[in-house]
Amino acid sequence: MSKDIEREQAIAEQAATEPLKDQAGSQLISALQATHADAVSEVIQAFGEITIIVPREHIVELCEYLKTKPEFNFNLLADICGADRGPEEDPRFEVNYHLFSTTKFHRLRLKVVLSEEDARVPTVTGVWRTANWHERETFDMFGVRFDGHPDLRRILLPDDWQGHALRKDFPLRGYEPYSLS
Amino acid sequence: MGLENIIAEALPEVLTTKLDALVNWARKSSLWPATFGLACCAIEMMNATSARNDLARFGSEVFRASPRQADVMIVSGRVSRKMAPVLRRIYDQMPEPKWVISMGACATSGGVFDNYAIVQGVDKIVPVDVYVPGCPPRPEMLINAVMMLQDKVMKESLRDRRDIPIEQAREAVPPGTLPGSGISALNEAAAQDADEKSNVSRPYTIPSRHERRRSS
Repeated sequence: MSKDIEREQAIAEQAATEPLKDQAGSQLISALQATHADAVSEVIQAFGEITIIVPREHIVELCEYLKTKPEFNFNLLADICGADRGPEEDPRFEVNYHLFSTTKFHRLRLKVVLSEEDARVPTVTGVWRTANWHERETFDMFGVRFDGHPDLRRILLPDDWQGHALRKDFPLRGYEPYSLS
Repeated sequence: MGLENIIAEALPEVLTTKLDALVNWARKSSLWPATFGLACCAIEMMNATSARNDLARFGSEVFRASPRQADVMIVSGRVSRKMAPVLRRIYDQMPEPKWVISMGACATSGGVFDNYAIVQGVDKIVPVDVYVPGCPPRPEMLINAVMMLQDKVMKESLRDRRDIPIEQAREAVPPGTLPGSGISALNEAAAQDADEKSNVSRPYTIPSRHERRRSS
């Protein structure tokens, strides 16, 4: 009995002293903070995931670096999604970039926070081609504009739709029922 | 329209019912559906035509890909607002006589999707003959719907689908309204209301007694 209790205590101690992410991840993040100090404005580690909050001007440069540098090699842009924190919050919108490396198998999230009046982000279509449609979806649902995007138009909603549907102040049922005329 | 009506006008009265019965029997026994599987109900529609529940026993021998060769359009699945004009166009391309089966809860009434993107019932776009509830309806339910449509076809008369002038044509009447129910008065009233309230955009809400929502 006492041996079990000792073992449990040892495991609990170990868990308390280790960082949430494994050692390799933390080292990579420290290296990133050393080389790109102005791009990495904040690092959040929670639930085993790493999130980096990036200022809008440095997002493209950081993505290039993360894709090409061999230690990181984030060659797959898994998702770009927007989030609306609510009309009372400032900054209101977030754009999340979910990166994955198919060679190193590590994941990363980059987050750009934007205020409502100036919801513009440079496009990362030059880094990953798949960003094209993901950025169109973020524009369609939230109204975040992507500067330099080759073809920024609605993708999910009809082309003549007014409003941006996933904003918190857009009503669930929309503004009027469907009619042919 | 066409040959049946010409023969009907040439025949004496006593034989028109026989001709009706013959023509309706021919139409009901060979209802060829147009493929309009949109979402999950399409899987059950495929099941209804595959070997276990065989819809071809009832005359739906083949699902025509081209609407110009189809008799019935089985709308199976949720219709989004972006898809709605496409659906209407496919319906318009079907030649008379044509029928519509609305399969599943989403096609009948929007189903579980009570939101901005889904049309709340395909009968806002095309006139529907048979509604099938379910999410998804079992293949046997779809076969029952086809049989119900066949009963409906048998009760039709040749006079229902005659060539009529454009003003009286079915397409000139907005779907979901009964013919001859004062449509022009309704339109005028709606236009007046729209003028008064045109600059205000309000969220669309239906007060409903059995639903309790905190926000629409």
